[in-house]
Formats: sequence, structure tokens, C-alpha cells
Amino acid sequence: MDIHEYQAKELLANFGVAVPRGGVAYSAEQAVYRAAEIGGARWAVKAQIHSGARGKAGGIKLCTTEDEVRKAATELLGKRLVTHQTGPEGKVVHRLYVEAAVPIERELYLGFVLDRKTERIMLVAHPHGGMEIEEIAHTEPETILRQVMEPAVGMQAFQAREIAFGLGLPAGTINRMVTTLMGCHRAFRDLDATMVEINPLVLTRDGQLLALDAKMSFDDNALVRRPNVSELRDHAEEDPREAQAAEHGLNYVALDGEIGCIINGAGLAMATMDMIKHAGGSPANFLDVGGGASPERVAMAFKLVLQDRKVGAMLVNIFAGINRCDWVAKGVVQAVKEVGVDVPLVLRLAGTNVEEGRQIIAESGLPIITADSLADAAEKVVAAWKKGKGN
Amino acid sequence: MAIMINELTRIIIQGFTGDKATFHAQKMIEYGSKVVGGVTPGKGGQTHMGLPVFNTVKEAVDAVYPDASLIFVPAPFCADAIMEAADAGIKLVCCITDGIPAQDMMMVKRYLRRYPKERRTTLVGPNCAGLISPGKCMLGIMPGHIYMPGKVGLVTRSGTLGYEAASQMKDLGIGVSSSIGIGGDPINGSSFLDVLALFEADPETEAVMMIGEIGGPQEAEAARWVKEHMTKPVIGYVAGLTAPKGRRMGHAGAIISAFGDTAAEKAEIMRSLGLTVAKSPAHLGEAVAEALAKKPARKKAGSR
Repeated sequence: MDIHEYQAKELLANFGVAVPRGGVAYSAEQAVYRAAEIGGARWAVKAQIHSGARGKAGGIKLCTTEDEVRKAATELLGKRLVTHQTGPEGKVVHRLYVEAAVPIERELYLGFVLDRKTERIMLVAHPHGGMEIEEIAHTEPETILRQVMEPAVGMQAFQAREIAFGLGLPAGTINRMVTTLMGCHRAFRDLDATMVEINPLVLTRDGQLLALDAKMSFDDNALVRRPNVSELRDHAEEDPREAQAAEHGLNYVALDGEIGCIINGAGLAMATMDMIKHAGGSPANFLDVGGGASPERVAMAFKLVLQDRKVGAMLVNIFAGINRCDWVAKGVVQAVKEVGVDVPLVLRLAGTNVEEGRQIIAESGLPIITADSLADAAEKVVAAWKKGKGN
Repeated sequence: MAIMINELTRIIIQGFTGDKATFHAQKMIEYGSKVVGGVTPGKGGQTHMGLPVFNTVKEAVDAVYPDASLIFVPAPFCADAIMEAADAGIKLVCCITDGIPAQDMMMVKRYLRRYPKERRTTLVGPNCAGLISPGKCMLGIMPGHIYMPGKVGLVTRSGTLGYEAASQMKDLGIGVSSSIGIGGDPINGSSFLDVLALFEADPETEAVMMIGEIGGPQEAEAARWVKEHMTKPVIGYVAGLTAPKGRRMGHAGAIISAFGDTAAEKAEIMRSLGLTVAKSPAHLGEAVAEALAKKPARKKAGSR
């Protein structure tokens, strides 16, 4: 789960990370009020969407008068921002963060990640902030500083000092930097984060170290034990179908293609999508119905997939291991009757009681195209989709 | 021989008296696995399915001498259950449960290393379908009948895609020595490399099929090991060609977040290191058949 910049800053501030003064605003009036409350003569009005590179997309505006703040806020609220992380459809701005603009001396990069190679929390730092770390890793990998944390004891102060000195910070700011790094690590560990990124962390002309931007992601598997984190979820940032799927215990990811998919098991789902691509089609979604594909779950899956208007044909691929095919077939028949499927439907059943399953489909009289193998299923669904398109 | 489990493996089940555990324990017993008891704290002294229930793993170890434990407890309690089994000295622990926090797994892996190598626990999973040595022992939730006994080792992240591979192989008359599901989590007990090393050492395994997916460095790491150390042919496949960057595809670990995480990149790394890569998930069985026909395709590292 991702959260907004202002939420991440609030959380990190509780762990001793210094941030510029700021406040959230849902309207232009509120933004002006926030600016007055913060004081000073320069503010940044920042669009709050779950994406980086907001500056390049025009989502961050520097203002020097209250009128400018009002104008910037009016312009940003309701605007659709498109970045390389949002996809071409972009994201609509519903919240703003108004923040005191600070005089910047130096920008640095800090990131904490769950490193899959070492299977530990790793700190990545770089003396130049503002750029994306992927870009730095590509162009000058040797300049990246790293520290890996021992899980039993967590981050130690010497590790933070090594980073602080390694970044070439002035002597007077080393202790401040150690506090910042240790605080980020504690936030990561205590809140079950999967990523904490401060890009940039700035050294101001008056010698402060401030998190100018902040990004945090959290482990979905740990949200049950972090109620203070899960309450930060912003439903407006999520695909409504994905949220609906999650409520029913289904795993759904919307994609760009035209062939709707219902499959049991994440690996088989990905492989089936690969097969659709091989056969010349493109999947409209990823959907794992899970092991116990009960009639209710299958019906819900059909509803979700068919909400996507792009879907021109559907493929259901069930490898019944623990389930029996006859049972799954009954579920599919029931779901098709209940939901009403108006696109070609290809069904591939494999595993236990496959003959009985096929018989149920045949006897149902429904126009379901059956397939024997993965390859057969993919070819049939792509052919049906092409026929439906009229080419 | 097979790897990790065989006809002698004595099994206990943690979270024994739950519905799912009961269902799968029944299936395992029907398959011929030696289930010797289980653990449910607070129900010690009772009998379940005609088998003894214990309060702690240590009590079970003292009474029924298990070699392996299968864990079905809910995700928030899994780290504790795995560490309890490791502390009681159980050699092999397989955790089926999905949804364990990644930092719990980080602590678990660190904890397992506190024991000297000769008594250290091997963990398989979590979020996996388990292990099977066809005809000998099933320790997991897979449909046993789709696996034919034979000489090909199978190691997969996904459960159902592993079933697909096993059934394609069976259709071509190819059997499996052991099949190990390593699970779909970003931090897991046994890696592809760990399992490949066991298959390399197993005299009954002649070739290995390794099926990975998007996300993480394990497939590439294993492929490098294959080039340097493995004498048996390895056939690979990586699922998720159509997966977009940054989106989690069902499994917690199936997410493209770094260079080398995509299916195409991993398949290319496998190919460049001398592995055969199946051209599609419909050709898993065929690719194995071709590799077996060509064998020996690989020579021992360093020999000429």
C-alpha cells in the first residue's frame, strides 16, 4: 500500500525526521489559510497523488503571494496529472500540501528498501538528490552508498555515521543526519514498510537537514497489525475494480488488453496471459480466483472482468487440484446464467474429474467453447476475439 | 532417492486440528505419507484423525520423532510456528500459509542461522503448494495423482503452474523425482539455488525443470550456479511476460521493481548461461522431453 507525501512526512516526523512546515488542503481557501498559518514569503503548493515525478508533470508550484497560492491551488485541484508512474490515464488531484519553501544548499538521496538479495533492510544513499535512483544506478553505480541492516539488532549509529561522512556532509550536521537515518530505519521497521524514500533530503543554507519529499510503501501482509497505517489508505488512488476484488478475496489487476481472464493460481494466471500473448492477443486483466473456486467466487470474478468494457472475449483456465472439475464446471454454469456473458467464453478445465466437468458444460446448453490444453485455450480465445471484432 | 522427502519421512502438522489442515492431512495419508501426529497449543493430549495432538513441537518430537513439519497456522502466527519447529530440531519445515509479513520472514531467516549447520532446519515456502516425491511421500496440498514417478526434478514458485508442468510431462510419459514449491513470497525459505544443488546431488534425478516468475534475483542467481556447478540439464521458464512494471501479480514477490526483474530479462539470462528455456508455458513438457533426448547437453564444469 502506498500513501501520500504529507502522510509519509507526518509519520517520519514522529520518528525524528525534520520536515519543512506544511499543511494539507482540500480547497483553494484552505490552501491560502495554510500558507498564512505557515508564515514566511515563499510556499510550495504540491499535488498529492501516489506518484513520483510530480514536479515535471506540473504538480508542484512555487508561490510568493497568497494570491499565487490561491491560483495554484485552484489550478491543481481536479487536474489530471500524467507522470511515467501513473500511466497514460493519469491521476486526478484531490488533495494539496502547502509547504514552506526553503533555501537549498545541497540535495541528497536517501532510500530504505527491503532488499531481496540480502533479505534484509538496506539503506541506499547518494550525494546528489532529485534524480531517480534507477537512473543513478544505471549511469554511475559506483557512487551509490549502501548499508545492510542486521535484523536482530537493527541499524547501528556507526552505519549512519559512515553514510553521513560518506556523503561529505559538513561536521556540524553529522549528528542531525544520524538522527534522520536512524529515525527512517525505525519507521521502516516499526511500521512494516517496504520502502522509505526521501528524495531529496536537503541541506538548507542555514544548516538544517529537511525531508523535502517523502515516499513510503507498506507491506500489505502486515497491515492487519498496523491500524494506524492502514487508516491512511486513500481509496481515490486505487482502481475501483481492484478494491472491489480485494474485498471479495480475489486478486485482480487491470491491464490494457481485450481478453478477460479468470484463472486459479497466480503463476498459472501469469502463464496463461503469456500464452494469450503468444497466440496474438492481449490480456485485459490478471485475476486469480484462488484455490477454492466456489460458485460465488467464480460469479464475482465474472462480474469484475465484464465491468471492463474493452473485454471482447473471456478465457477461464482452472487447474483443479484440490477442487474437482465437476464442481468448478457447476460454478461456471451458475455464474454464466446469473451474470449473463455477452462475449465469447472459452473454458479450459484440467485435473481431477475433468470428464465429468466437460459433461456438465456440454449438458448446460450454454455457448461455452471448451479447450483441452493451455495452447488450445489461448488459440481459441484469440480466434473468438478476432472473429468478434470482425477481422 | 528423491530429495528432501521419501517413503520414510515422518510428518507432523502444526495447526493440526483446523479444517484445512485436517482435509490435507487426510489427502496426504491417502497418498501414503507417514503423518504421525500434530500440534495445536491447548489441545495436547487429545486425538485427532486417530493421531496424537501435542501442545508444543518439542513434546511431539519427544513422542513421535518427526523428520518434517507442515505448517497451516494463520499468517500472523507463522513466524512463531517456524521458529518453534526449528528450535525443536525438526530438519524440514514446509509452510503453506500465504500472507506472512516480509519482516517476519526476515527475522525467521536470521533465526534459522543461529543453529549449527548440522542441525539447522531447511524451510520450504511460505506461500507454496509444498513438496512431493511421487509414489513415496506428499508433504503439501497438491493433487498427488497428476505426478508420475520418474527422473526429472521440478522446482517452481507457483503451485498451479507446477501442476501444469507435471501434467504436461505426464502426458508425454515423463515422471518426476521430486517436486518442490518454493513459494511466491519475496523472502522465502529455500531458493531455486538451494533446491537445484540438492537435485544435482541426487542420483535419481537426471534433469531439472525450474519455473520462475517476475520479481527478485533468485532465477538469475540459480542460472549462474547452473553454469558453474551443474552437470544435469536444466530447463527453465519464467512466467509474467505481460506483467506491467510496479504491479503485484497475485504473489507478494511477483512485482517488477528493478532491472532484471522482468520475465524477458530473466529468460534471456537463463539462455545466456546455457539453460534451455521453454518457448511458452504450453511447451513445458516438450522442452523437458527435448532436453532428455539431447542429454548429456551439459558437461561437468571445468571438464573438457
